[in-house]
Amino acid sequence: MRWLITSAVVLAAWEAAVWLFDIKPFLLPPPTSVISTLVARADLLAGHAWITLVEILAGLAIGFVIGGLSALLLTAFAPARRWLLPLLVVSQALPVFALAPLLVLWFGYGMASKIAMAVLIIYFPVTVAFFDGLKRTEQGWLEMASVMGAPPMAILWQLRVPAALPALASGLRVAASVAPIGAIVGEWVGSSAGLGYLMLHANARMQIDLMFASLLILAVMALTLYFTLDAGLRRLTSWQQESHN
Amino acid sequence: MASPGLKVAIQHYDLDGSRALQNLALTLPAGRFTCLLGPSGIGKTSLIKLIAGLWPGASVQADDGKAVTGRLAMMAQQDQLLPWLTCRENVLLGPALRGEKLDTARADALLAAVGLPDVAGRRPQTLSGGMRQRVAIARTLMEDRAIVLMDEPFSALDAVTRHQLQDLAFRLLKGRTVLLVTHSPLEALRLADQLLILGGDPPTLTAIDLPDEPPLRAIDDPAVLQKQAELMSLLLEATGSEQAA
Repeated sequence: MRWLITSAVVLAAWEAAVWLFDIKPFLLPPPTSVISTLVARADLLAGHAWITLVEILAGLAIGFVIGGLSALLLTAFAPARRWLLPLLVVSQALPVFALAPLLVLWFGYGMASKIAMAVLIIYFPVTVAFFDGLKRTEQGWLEMASVMGAPPMAILWQLRVPAALPALASGLRVAASVAPIGAIVGEWVGSSAGLGYLMLHANARMQIDLMFASLLILAVMALTLYFTLDAGLRRLTSWQQESHN
Repeated sequence: MASPGLKVAIQHYDLDGSRALQNLALTLPAGRFTCLLGPSGIGKTSLIKLIAGLWPGASVQADDGKAVTGRLAMMAQQDQLLPWLTCRENVLLGPALRGEKLDTARADALLAAVGLPDVAGRRPQTLSGGMRQRVAIARTLMEDRAIVLMDEPFSALDAVTRHQLQDLAFRLLKGRTVLLVTHSPLEALRLADQLLILGGDPPTLTAIDLPDEPPLRAIDDPAVLQKQAELMSLLLEATGSEQAA
């Protein structure tokens, strides 16, 4: 409820500012004209939004799987830790955005290069958060399991992995908030569809209202994604006690 | 189940840079409660972990000539209940980790035996400390091991709960070979068939005479109270000499 009021106030102030200071619509269109563009060009926007959404979701899913497997591999095999961990850290020194043109070259103008971009920026936070969680299993639990005669794989799946879920959840929350950036940057660098493409296109033609409409859809999409994922993760880790203050 | 007696010998085990457990030998009589008293930091927990085989460095032999591995269960000061599992699932943890068939009926019966017939489906964090430790006892009993090592399992509980759980543990663990590490002279005097004190620098084991009455001894028995006073001064001495050293 509170955020409804907040956004209403912000929109009203925006509208008022545009009228009051007589800002040119090609610099800052009033919210009303953004809304009317949103309605008038709904078909066009929906088509491009769908492309971007698929890129983001596919990027998240693939990044989650690869990142999760990497963390498990790092945990289960000491040699993997010695060889892969430094590589992982060094790879982060490379700004992923700088790779975008290369990805377009390798994977083409279509969705694949954008998905690859999203996967690349998600991979590190997911892997590191999950791996960190997997390393921090309580010593007492491990000793108990050892006395119980548990095989290493059972300890990994029944103790370490569940215990690391809250850490993995943090990584996934970060991933959900940066995945749209990956997709959009990918689209900016080279594409023929998607909200990022549409924004560049509209910007070049001074259709700023269309650009704002795209931006609005992107924001709603990113927020919905984040809060849906957050709710799911909370349910999954409901056993974890949160401190209230 | 016939419980074997145990012969434990420790040649040398480094506790930290300056202190070590060395030349310790103890016998846990078959099917009896042995209580081990000693000031904190003397190495009682280390002794338990050495006997459990979690740390290498102790020679542990069963008097029936069979291997000890797989025949002992351990209970720690923290209940070590997994927060993402229900109480029933926690009781069934050992079989679940080993991939054995899960005997739910027996788990529920054990929960009832420790006085918690109604908590099977609840998560441990919704229970009080005393109830949680009861669940931990049920989990230990589920393992159904001939030898049970307990490391100050009741020390975090209030006096009344501790008293109740001593009764419970005594009743349910009867016939097993038990080593109970405690810092409470009264607890040791209530439960022990054999009472040892670990103290001094380097730490040595001393056997203490027990009142004639068999356990479970009454806390208002004059002989018990008399002995408790003696033990207190013995422990004070052990602690004092440590501080002086």
